[in-house]
Amino acid sequence: MSVAVLIEQRGGEVTRPALEALTLARSLGSPVAVWLGDAPSADAVAQLGEYGATEVRVASVGDGARLPAQAAAAIAAATADTSVLIVISTFVTKEIVTRLAVLTGAGVVVDAAGAELVEGKVETFQTVFAATWNVRTRIDAERAIVGIRPNTTQASPADQPGAATVVDVAVELPETRERVTHVEPVAQQDGVPLSEAPVVVSGGRGTGGDYTLVSELAELLGGAVGASRDATDEGWISHEHMVGQTGTTVTPALYVACGISGAVHHRGGMQASGTIVSINMDPDAPIFEISDFGVVGSLFDVIPQAIERIKAHRGA
Amino acid sequence: MRILVTVKHVPDLQSHRSFTDGTVTRTADDGTMNELDENAVEAALQIVEAAGEGEVVALTVGGPDAVAAVRKALQLGAHRAVHVSDEAIAGSDVFGTAMVIAAAVRKVGEEAPLDLVVTGMAALDGLTSMLPTALAAELDWSQLTLASALTVEGGQATIERHLPDAHETVTAPLPAVVSVTDEANKPRYPNFKLIMAARKAEIPVWSLADLGVDAAAVGGGASRTTVVEASERPERENRVTVTDTGDAGTQLADFLIEKGLA
Repeated sequence: MSVAVLIEQRGGEVTRPALEALTLARSLGSPVAVWLGDAPSADAVAQLGEYGATEVRVASVGDGARLPAQAAAAIAAATADTSVLIVISTFVTKEIVTRLAVLTGAGVVVDAAGAELVEGKVETFQTVFAATWNVRTRIDAERAIVGIRPNTTQASPADQPGAATVVDVAVELPETRERVTHVEPVAQQDGVPLSEAPVVVSGGRGTGGDYTLVSELAELLGGAVGASRDATDEGWISHEHMVGQTGTTVTPALYVACGISGAVHHRGGMQASGTIVSINMDPDAPIFEISDFGVVGSLFDVIPQAIERIKAHRGA
Repeated sequence: MRILVTVKHVPDLQSHRSFTDGTVTRTADDGTMNELDENAVEAALQIVEAAGEGEVVALTVGGPDAVAAVRKALQLGAHRAVHVSDEAIAGSDVFGTAMVIAAAVRKVGEEAPLDLVVTGMAALDGLTSMLPTALAAELDWSQLTLASALTVEGGQATIERHLPDAHETVTAPLPAVVSVTDEANKPRYPNFKLIMAARKAEIPVWSLADLGVDAAAVGGGASRTTVVEASERPERENRVTVTDTGDAGTQLADFLIEKGLA
């Protein structure tokens, strides 16, 4: 069975979540990569092949696929013969797959942590209610779309990697009522994006707006810097850093919460992380209830000491 | 300017929640209006206030308890409310729900045309954020989603959309379905007069028959997905909390080193 995977790319480069999605797709069937935008480089095609894609179907829609209805039409044209589609779950792809499902009648699960075939049907697992419950969902419709969260599958190359064939897909983009009149690119931070980072160090109200120590610890651990809604509301750090249900949902191997009390909105965006460590002055902060290791204390004392100890350990 | 705002009755996220036969168990005392829908009500009120005329109609779909959600919208200043309730709706997926809401939007629009439907960016219980898109498709109206700013002028709605890779400006003719984020505005607090009025407001209840929706087209039977298993996530084991007496930073580092995380 062919399993289509919408390839996420950043400036022409295949992202790590896209490789995770291909890895997941291999466990369900034979992956077919769907590429929207300018033709992929030879390196990108080779990498997709290495992760098991047998074909790369290219819909050269340029920037025309910014509107969900147009992106959905392009994907529909590229996946007419496949019954399962995997995408990386983001606010943007959730809109695209909703449009696609309206076109094709597919059943959709987004924000999934995994998927498998059970008696010919796709079943997904995900967490709900601020990540306090595990749910398994069966997709009953003949076509299935799964939105998978980054960091939930370990990306690995195929045992027998092949060369993917590039196939051009003709797409007629539908007329839309909406018009994108201005696009202002957001300067990307160095390093891995928040949603994909293996380590996230977040700062909240307790930082008082000073992210020096939080950033230093994040860099030392090879992680990204996150923030609570309190901190972004204060304007201490940009909204792109916000971890939580209305910002970015993260599931890193290690989450370090510094000066974050752990409001339900925040917990819902990080509770499924591997190991959770927190530092907070308030012994009653709810973040401690979900922390593997909690320190009641000042982050301005604790972080420098921890950094010093880790550096000493590495130097030894 | 006539605007319909969809609001959702969700379980209180601080309280205990559970599933029965694959759907969320609703209890009478722990429900509230989805917090992010307050931004939708606020956005609608601001547009009507700026236009100097019009009305904001709050709509919810759900069992008898769901009326609490539209009463909250009335407290915030919505002018009137509609409650769609029918046992056959239970278990609907997002597409069934969109079909029901679209039918209710058309029915409200029969009195006088609606210009906008405004929704929140997500419901904090399910959080799929798919409904606004499905509703726009179902109505064949303009889709302007995830707005962090919204202006309506000369029959056009224009939004700012903050995506991870770009900030977009998107414009489209009315009527439109707009979803607003929690960055869009700061919701007002209910005032005493409105709280009293909301308590007494008569809220019509519409069934599927009132909406002309075929019961077989919605509900669990028509859903494209089925929850087959649900279980509460176990609490983390072996949790440690230490109070800093001078060496907690070192202890924290040792914990990470031992786990192979540093």
